[in-house]
Amino acid sequence: MVRLLALDPVAIGDLLWTPLLIIILKVVAIFAIGLLVTMFMVWFERKAIAGMQNRIGPNKAGPWGLLQTLADGIKLFFKEDLLPDRADRFVFKLAPYLAFVPAFLVWSVIPLGGDFSDGKNGIVTWFGEQTRVQLADPPVGILLVLALSSIAVYGIMLAGWSSGSKYPLLGSVRASAQMVSYEAALGLSIATVLLLAGTLSTSGIVANQDGFTNWHVVSTGVVPFIIFLLAATAELNRPPFDLVEAEQELVGGFNTEYSSIRFGLFFLAEFMNTVTMSGIIVTLFWGGPQGLFDIPIIPGAIEGTIWFIAKVLLFLYVYVWFRATLPRFRYDQLMDLGWKILIPMSLGWFMLMAALRLGRDQDWNQAVVAIVSAAVLIVCAGLISMAMKVSRANREREGATF
Amino acid sequence: MPKLPGLVKGLGVTLNTLVRTTTKGSNTIQYPHEKEAPPIRARGVIALREDNCTSCMLCARSCPDWCIYIEGHKELAPPRRAGGKPRQVNKLDRFDIDYALCMYCGICVEVCPFDALFWSPEYEYSEPHIADLLHDKNKLGEWMETVPEAPALEAGAEKKGKK
Repeated sequence: MVRLLALDPVAIGDLLWTPLLIIILKVVAIFAIGLLVTMFMVWFERKAIAGMQNRIGPNKAGPWGLLQTLADGIKLFFKEDLLPDRADRFVFKLAPYLAFVPAFLVWSVIPLGGDFSDGKNGIVTWFGEQTRVQLADPPVGILLVLALSSIAVYGIMLAGWSSGSKYPLLGSVRASAQMVSYEAALGLSIATVLLLAGTLSTSGIVANQDGFTNWHVVSTGVVPFIIFLLAATAELNRPPFDLVEAEQELVGGFNTEYSSIRFGLFFLAEFMNTVTMSGIIVTLFWGGPQGLFDIPIIPGAIEGTIWFIAKVLLFLYVYVWFRATLPRFRYDQLMDLGWKILIPMSLGWFMLMAALRLGRDQDWNQAVVAIVSAAVLIVCAGLISMAMKVSRANREREGATF
Repeated sequence: MPKLPGLVKGLGVTLNTLVRTTTKGSNTIQYPHEKEAPPIRARGVIALREDNCTSCMLCARSCPDWCIYIEGHKELAPPRRAGGKPRQVNKLDRFDIDYALCMYCGICVEVCPFDALFWSPEYEYSEPHIADLLHDKNKLGEWMETVPEAPALEAGAEKKGKK
């Protein structure tokens, strides 16, 4: 029992009222912040895209249209909740929660603040108790994130399957294929980070990124970060990878048959996933609450939160920017990018980092190790591209059109 | 200079537009609160100068939609010169245009030989009931006030020959 509760330093030892209250407070706070941030994200996305298209965007509900999402949510509550005749009733009702709950749970392992500067481990003292500015710090933090994002695939897949209608079914088939393929590239680029951090716990990963040159985006050499960003966009089903809800082809995609608050839950999950995925990118690659410089006056723990929010905002903007700019991929292009470019590249880079790490541990000459591994990688890349050419030629001989 | 990839170029376009919109404002005109100036020669509604109309029926007959309704009667007007005969003039009783039928082709304005019909840029005359779109000559006459001055002729477009 004590081992199980050791996810948070506040819960080590006897179970007392103060630690319990702190944990409950954190749960409530993260739940509220999660909902508020998602509301803000929807508003921010609409406003920023409006700006990119020379429009005004929502500006009627509340100051600068900030309450527009709230108004839309209330409207969704009062809509008729339709249940298609041919739907699998239980699964149809379950699916939105399968999409929504994992989106929320990811919040619990992201370090939202705390002082990690100068080798401090981010532990803060509240009401005389030592704790972290994150709900839980399980030793398998990143694996939990990956597991939850895999469960979210089931939400989308089952939603399309249980609707008993062809467009949602096609949407969910696309969703499962796309999300499963990109999860491989996602996992391999995370593996590179874990290789450097040497720990799976999120706070450990953040503590490892002390100073800008130690931020994983720099120390893993940018490539895993770019792969992660692309794979994460595909994982979130956001444009340009939103084939799951390609309106022109699939009406509305997997959620065509959903209405009322069930649709609202999918919508909420999608935007919350965007926010949490930005949080994960920041945690894994951009140092989480680690700052570039010391902000004067403000105490360390709050400073971490400020840095974290600033970085997350940057990535939210990047997602919105992609959405406003890039047209949707064709399905075969999507699969080509995932399987033929991202997965081999992330695997190769992971091998390179592992070789360098091994060379450092064994006191080999780093330059030689780098040259040899680069040569091996180039040979491998050549072999792969030759294999692709051969298979393409074979397909063309058999009469394929592309 | 090497060519930028299309992806980066596109991201630049959206970013530029965002900066332009946030600093200089968007192109949107929030209609009921602010209004756009209609372009010159805008075809908003057809206005009638009743004094010029001789109820010759050319407009009503040339209308492809048959949306102009004219009724008139003959009247005797006092003679122009002392001792002359009283003149016979056509007096307009009814001149209605049904804007539910009108397709804004403007043939009536073109065909009118006495300059009685004009295009006005006025556009705010929608009605909750379709029957209310039938406007009579008083309403059409009120719109005369909104008809702009005819734009100046282009160089070389003046009528040649005797003045």
